[in-house]
Amino acid sequence: MSRLDVDRVRKDFPVLEREVHGKPLAYLDNAATSQKPRAVIDALIHYYSSYNANIHRGVHSLSEEATVAYEAARDKVRDFIRAPSSEEIVFTRGTTEAINLVAQSYLRPRIREGDEILISQMEHHSNIVPWQLVREQTGAVLKVAPINERGEIELEQFSKLLGPRTRFVALAHVSNALGTINMVQEMVRLARMRGVPVLLDGAQAVPHLPVDVQELGCDFYAFSGHKMYAPTGIGALYGRRELLEEMEPYQGGGEMILSVTFEKTTYNRVPYKFEAGTPNIAGAIGLGTAIDYLLGLDLQAVRAHEDELLEYATKEVSKIPSVRLIGTAASKTGVLSFLLGEIHAHDVGTVLDQEGIAVRTGHHCAQPVMDRFGVTATARASFAVYNTTEEVDRLVEGLHRTLEIFS
Amino acid sequence: MSELRELYQELILDHTKRPRNFGTLEPATCTAEGYNPLCGDKLTLYLVVEDGRIKDVSFQGKGCAISTASASLMTEAIKGKTSDEVAAIFTRFREAVTSPIDHELDLEQLGKLAALAGVREFPLRVKCAVLAWHTMRAALEGRHEIVRTE
Ligand SMILES: Cc1ncc(COP(=O)(O)O)c(C=O)c1O
Repeated sequence: MSRLDVDRVRKDFPVLEREVHGKPLAYLDNAATSQKPRAVIDALIHYYSSYNANIHRGVHSLSEEATVAYEAARDKVRDFIRAPSSEEIVFTRGTTEAINLVAQSYLRPRIREGDEILISQMEHHSNIVPWQLVREQTGAVLKVAPINERGEIELEQFSKLLGPRTRFVALAHVSNALGTINMVQEMVRLARMRGVPVLLDGAQAVPHLPVDVQELGCDFYAFSGHKMYAPTGIGALYGRRELLEEMEPYQGGGEMILSVTFEKTTYNRVPYKFEAGTPNIAGAIGLGTAIDYLLGLDLQAVRAHEDELLEYATKEVSKIPSVRLIGTAASKTGVLSFLLGEIHAHDVGTVLDQEGIAVRTGHHCAQPVMDRFGVTATARASFAVYNTTEEVDRLVEGLHRTLEIFS
Repeated sequence: MSELRELYQELILDHTKRPRNFGTLEPATCTAEGYNPLCGDKLTLYLVVEDGRIKDVSFQGKGCAISTASASLMTEAIKGKTSDEVAAIFTRFREAVTSPIDHELDLEQLGKLAALAGVREFPLRVKCAVLAWHTMRAALEGRHEIVRTE
């Protein structure tokens, strides 16, 4: 494994050259969305300036080129998460849409009053609310696997909640608020042993970890492009073919049909059955380019770099006596959620912003996590390939500065 | 940095750390709840209104420095005032925290509330500063839904 050349990587991201309030930007809000490399930006420009056309069914050259590029992107996603086939990759707007698709098209027709959906206490709102909708629609029951003081789901607790009426399990692969990497492979195994299908929310995993859906054994895997250096508005759902085949369409429209008469409509095959309407063609191509970019960096080297940043940041930030870390799991991605004394996270964020440092403050779309730790908000620094230990030093300085102001 | 100093000046920090009129009021003639989803600030406002005048006021809740200080300063500013007077103060206050930076403000007229004028350098924080005021207005109007700043 080669070491990540961060200086070179930084040159790939044009936005990193800008200043905020007269200071160089230190972008530490990557769990919300990552910045985009030049290659991805260029791919969008190239698509729109040389072969923009609607895909599938076109007989002209531009349409052919666009279709090839769009489908090539699907193949890249397949390889990226090691799905058996491209037919099992559905392009969506992102994780949220992918989860809603599964909730409505897979689970809703298959669950009855009193049946149970099992999620965890650390889920993002987008892996809670779609299941609550199904609950409202069907009378199903939502069960929640608790997390411990470090922000980890305990297997024993999880296992106990898998009961005779559990019909579905939906879990974060990696938590956005805490950084916890869940033991999803084992959890999937426990569920599948009882014949319960599992969806994994991979939004925070794909930018940081190699993902192999076959090794994980999950039935569905959802993720967004924008957190892994691709544009917003594009993401993907992996679904096991048998399940996708037997599911009803999610939305109706063009693309998803083979033939339409007023009496009868025949749906297209998977995955097109789930891609109604003109998709985000440029976004998909951009996602394919982002995958090439990420793989070109070497995922092992990326992981090592981000681990180093997390370790360094945890050590340095913890030296500040009034800091309380939220999320101290044994296995984490580069997410550091914390409180600074009694100072509200929002005030911390404002002071850091004046120093050019972008962090997220608030509940991170995971209010149940905040409730679990008895807080309303945290400040969160989250790392990506282009972050440096110097930026961590600036963060620490910024926190000292905040303490000074509020002393 | 000077903008930050102004935002978090002594008076603001004092009201953040030791909010005035903090707690519940029993019995209150009107109450309302405010919520700022942006930072999770929540507050409940209690008013005792007699003969069209705010006889007493208090608030409770958890929030950032700006929203807490603003609520605290507001309770001081509106106590003893009629609802018309309160509406006029709110208008002036809102203008102070939202007007363009080059716009001259009549800080004198604002009294202690002028301490929050620095918020206008921080557009993202205006919601924090006006939360208590919107909540107060809902309480006076007898509206019972939770007031949201988004
Ligand atoms: C763990 C997790 N799940 C789901 C989502 C939702 O992703 P999107 O908003 O891209 O659909 C996010 C993004 O914040 C996330 O971090």
